[in-house]
Amino acid sequence: MDNRTRVLYVALLVAGLAAPAVVYPIFLMKALCFALFASAFNLLVGFTGLLSFGHAMFLGTAGYICGHAVKVMGFPTEAGILAGVAVSALLGYLVGSLAIRRQGIYFAMITLAFSQMLYFIYLQAPFTGGEDGLQSIPRGKFLGLVNLEDDIAMYYFTFAIVLFGFWTIYRTVHSPFGQVLKAIRENEARALSLGYDVDKYKLLAFVLSAALSGLAGATKALVFKFETLTDVHWHMSGEVVLMTLLGGMGTILGPTVGAFIVVTLQNYLSALEGWVNVITGVIFIICVLAFRRGVVGEIAAFLKKA
Amino acid sequence: MTEIFGIPLQAFLSQLLLGLVNGSFYAMLSLGLAVIFGLLNIVNFAHGTFYMMGAFGAWLLLQYLGLNYWFALILSPIAVGLLGVLVEKSMLRWLYKLDHLYGLLLTFGLALVLEGLFRQQFGVSGQPYQVPDLLRGATNLGFMILPNYRAWVVVASLVVCFATWYVIERTKLGAYLRAGTENPALTQAFGVNVPRMVTLTYAFGVALAGFAGVLASPIIQVNPLMGNNIIIVVFAVVVIGGMGSILGSILTGLSLGVIEGLTKVFYPEASSTVVFVIMAIVLLVRPAGLFGKEK
Amino acid sequence: MKRKLISAVVAGAFALAPVAMAQQKPAAGKISDGVVKVGVLSDMSGLYSDLGGQGSVVAAQMAVDDFGKTVLGAKIEIVSADHQNNAETGANRVREWFDRQQVDMVTDVLNSAVGIASGKVANEKKKLMMNVGAASTRLTNEDCNPHTIHYAYDTYALANGTGKAIVKTGGDTWFFLTADYAFGHSLESDTANVVRATGGKVVGQVRHPLNAADFSSFLLQAQTSKAKIVGLANAGGDTINSIKAANEFGITKNQSLAGLLVFITDIHSLGLNTAQGMLLTDGFYWDFDDKNREFAKKFFAKMKKMPSMIHAGVYSATMNYLKAIQAAGTDDALAVVAQMKKGNVSDFFLRNGMLREDNRMIHDMYLMQVKKQSESKYPWDYYTLKATIPAAEAFQPLSASRCPLIKK
Repeated sequence: MDNRTRVLYVALLVAGLAAPAVVYPIFLMKALCFALFASAFNLLVGFTGLLSFGHAMFLGTAGYICGHAVKVMGFPTEAGILAGVAVSALLGYLVGSLAIRRQGIYFAMITLAFSQMLYFIYLQAPFTGGEDGLQSIPRGKFLGLVNLEDDIAMYYFTFAIVLFGFWTIYRTVHSPFGQVLKAIRENEARALSLGYDVDKYKLLAFVLSAALSGLAGATKALVFKFETLTDVHWHMSGEVVLMTLLGGMGTILGPTVGAFIVVTLQNYLSALEGWVNVITGVIFIICVLAFRRGVVGEIAAFLKKA
Repeated sequence: MTEIFGIPLQAFLSQLLLGLVNGSFYAMLSLGLAVIFGLLNIVNFAHGTFYMMGAFGAWLLLQYLGLNYWFALILSPIAVGLLGVLVEKSMLRWLYKLDHLYGLLLTFGLALVLEGLFRQQFGVSGQPYQVPDLLRGATNLGFMILPNYRAWVVVASLVVCFATWYVIERTKLGAYLRAGTENPALTQAFGVNVPRMVTLTYAFGVALAGFAGVLASPIIQVNPLMGNNIIIVVFAVVVIGGMGSILGSILTGLSLGVIEGLTKVFYPEASSTVVFVIMAIVLLVRPAGLFGKEK
Repeated sequence: MKRKLISAVVAGAFALAPVAMAQQKPAAGKISDGVVKVGVLSDMSGLYSDLGGQGSVVAAQMAVDDFGKTVLGAKIEIVSADHQNNAETGANRVREWFDRQQVDMVTDVLNSAVGIASGKVANEKKKLMMNVGAASTRLTNEDCNPHTIHYAYDTYALANGTGKAIVKTGGDTWFFLTADYAFGHSLESDTANVVRATGGKVVGQVRHPLNAADFSSFLLQAQTSKAKIVGLANAGGDTINSIKAANEFGITKNQSLAGLLVFITDIHSLGLNTAQGMLLTDGFYWDFDDKNREFAKKFFAKMKKMPSMIHAGVYSATMNYLKAIQAAGTDDALAVVAQMKKGNVSDFFLRNGMLREDNRMIHDMYLMQVKKQSESKYPWDYYTLKATIPAAEAFQPLSASRCPLIKK
C-alpha cells in the first residue's frame, strides 16, 4: 500500500465515522450494506472472472434467516447475523458446486435460474411471510448492552460490520489464494495446467462471496427491520452487477463507489418512480459500450498516466 | 364424469392443454435464443422484452390503426425484427470481440430501458386484447372444453418452429448459417456476407419472440412485465436442452411446458419450481444439457 | 507522527456522533415543524391504481381545499408516493417521510402488506396512519397499534355482506381463488368463517400471485373442486382477469363466481354484460343520495371517473383528521386519535360513523347488486341497493377482537 492509498483509506474511514452527523443514517446504512454486497460480488466477478447473475439469493437468504432467528427464535443480534451468514455460505456451497460445472454465459444463466427457484420457494414458504415479507424484526442489543433501535448506534454497528467485510475482502485479494483466483480469471487453462485444482478454488471463492453477501443481507434486514422478496428478486441480482460495473470491476473501491452512486440515484430519482429503471438501464448500456473500467478503473488509469 | 387419479378428465386434459400452450411459448423463445446464441454468441437477455413488445405491437396496431389480429401477426414481428436490426447495428456489433458476458449485460440494460419505457407509458396493470372473431369460443369435445384460441396457439407455434428447423437444417440458406456459426472467417472468405447474416439472424430471432408475443396477447394481459416473467424460465429451458440443437430446444420447450402443466394437476405448489429442479438434475447428470455437445 | 494524526482525526469523528444524535429530537410545539403534511401512499401505476392511485391524491387535495388550506395557522401540504405494491418500498418511503420530511399522517395505503408494514413504522415514529385502501382485518387485530386507524372497510365487512348473502341464496359449497398475501388470506379466512357459520361448506382453495398473468390454470383447479361457488378473494385487475378466464373455459356454466371485493371501477371495466346480477359489498356509492352526488360530481370533474369507496374514504379521512387537529389544538397523533374518538365524525362517507376503541372506524355498509344493461339509465348507473348493513353489525364485534390493546 503506498502513501497515497493509505491517506485515501484513512480519509474514507473518517468520513464514514462523521457522516451520520450530516446525512440521514438509514440512507447511509443502506448504501453501506450495498457497498459490502457489491464488494463481495466483485470478489467473484472482478477477481475470479465468474459472473453470477443470481447473487440476490445470498443477500435475501441471509436476511430471512437472520430475521427469523432474531424475531421468532429469539437469537441475540450477533448470533442472528452469524446464522444468516452460515446459511448463505451453505447455499453458496450447494449452488456453487452445481454452477461451476459450466463456464461463462452458462454459469450466469444457471445462477440466475437457481435464484429464481429460490424466489419461488420463498414466495410460498411460511417463514418468509410471502408477499407480506418478514416484518418487525427487532434490532436487539449489541453484546446485550447497546440498544440498536437507536439509528445512530445502529449506524456504527453497521459501519463496523461492513469494515470487517471490507477487511476480509482486502486480505483475500492480497493473499496467495487471491493470486490464484486472478490467475484463473486471466487464463483458466493455464492455471489448471500449473497444477491448481481450479474447481476447488472457484468453489471456495463462490462460498466466500456468498457468505459476505449474506453478511450484507443479514445486516440490511436489521437496519430496515424487515425482509421482503425484493432482496431475492433477479432485479436485485442485476442491480449488484450494475453497481460493480459502474464502480469498476476488479478494483477494491469500485463496488463501493458504484453502490453509493446507485443508491443515491435511486433515492433522488424515487420521485420519478418508473424512470428509475430506464435510467438504470441507460447507465448499464453506457458502461458496457464505452466505460467498461468503471469510475474507479478510469480514475486509476488516469492517475497512472499522469 | 370420467376421472384420472381422482381428477376429472376434463380438468386434467385442460391443464395438459395449458401446459402445451406454455410449452409452445417456451419452444419459440428458446429457439430464438438458440439461433441468436449460435451465430452471435450472445445470450439475449432482452428476449423477453421483444416478446412483450410483440404483444404491445398487436395492441397498439388495433388501438391506433384499427388493424386486427391477423395483420398484427405479420406486422408486429416485422416491427420487432426491425428494432432488432437497429439494436444489432448500433450496439451489439461493438461487443463481438469482447467477453460474451458483455452481451448479456448490454441486453440486460436494454431490457430495463425498454420495459421501463413501456411501464411508464402504459402502467403495469395490463391491457386487454380480444381473441379474434374467427377463433372465439370453445369446442366441446365431449370429454373436455377446448378453447379454440389455445388450440390455434399450439398449432401455429409448432408450424413456425418446425419451419425454422427446416430452413436451418435443410436449405442452402441454413447451410450458410451453420457454416457461419462454425467458422465465420472461412465463411466470409467464401463470399458470404457474414456481418449481414449476423444482423438478419438477430432480427429473425427477436421477430420470433415478437410473434410469440402476438400469439400470447389474447391469452394474457398485454403487460410491460410479461416478458420478464417468462424469460428466466426460458433460460432454464435452454440450460436443460443445451444451446447446440435447434430441434433440442423445440422439444425441451414443449415437454417442459407439459411437465409444468402436469405438476399443476398433481402438486400445484411445485409448479413454479419444477423447471428449475429439473435443471439442477440435468446439470448433475449431463452438464452440457440434454441435446448439447460438450465443447 | 502520522499515526497520532490519524487517531486525532478518528477521535474527532467520534466526537461528532453525539451531535448527530441530538439532531434526532423533534421540535416541540402545537404543530410539529409548523406544517401539517399528509402523505398519500398508494399504488400509482399498478393493478390497484384505478381504485386509489392519483384519484386518492386528488381526493385528499379536495379535502384540504374544502377545509381551508391552513389549520391552527399552519400550512397544510400533500405529498404522494407510489408503493408499487411492495411492502419494503412502501415502509421505507413512510419511514423517510416521518424522519426527514415532516409528514404527520399517511393515508390510503392501498395494499394490506404495505399497510401492515407501514403501520408499524407509524407506530414506531409516533405518527398517524389512517388506512383507507387496505382491507386486511389484521390491521385492527394481530397487527393493531395505537397509531393506526382502519378507516373505510375491511375483509370482515366484505365477507359479512357478500358471503352471507350468497350462502342464503343457495350457494353453500365454496372454493376460493385467493391473492397470495395478507389481504387475500384475510378475505379468504373471514369469508370462510361466514360461510361455515351460515351453514355452508368450504371445499378448498388455491393461491395465486399478486398481479397474475393467466388465471386459467387456477380456475381449472376450482373447476376440479366442483364447488357451487368460486369465491374470488382478490381485487382490482386480478378480479377482472379471473372473471374473464372463467368465461373462456366455460367454468361459469356449472359454477358461479363471487367477487368478494369489487369496486365500481372494476364494474366499469368489466361492463354490465359480464358483471350483471353480481352481489357485492361497498362502503360508498356515488349515486346514493344528493350529498354523495355532490362530492362525486366534483371528483368526476377532475378525474373523469366516478369516485370509488377508497377515493371517498381518503377525502373523509383527510377532512376528519384536519378537523380533529383543529379541535384538539395539536397535531400530536395520539391526541388527534383521542379527539376523533370523542367527537362526531359522521359525514357523507361515514354514516353513523364512530371510531372504536380498537381504532376501527365503523359506519354503515351497503349490499349492492349490479344492474342489468337494460336497467342502467345513464353513465355509471350500475348498482341497486339491496340492503344497508348498520354500522354496529357491519364490522367484526369488539368482543371478537384479537387486538392486544383491548382490555377484556
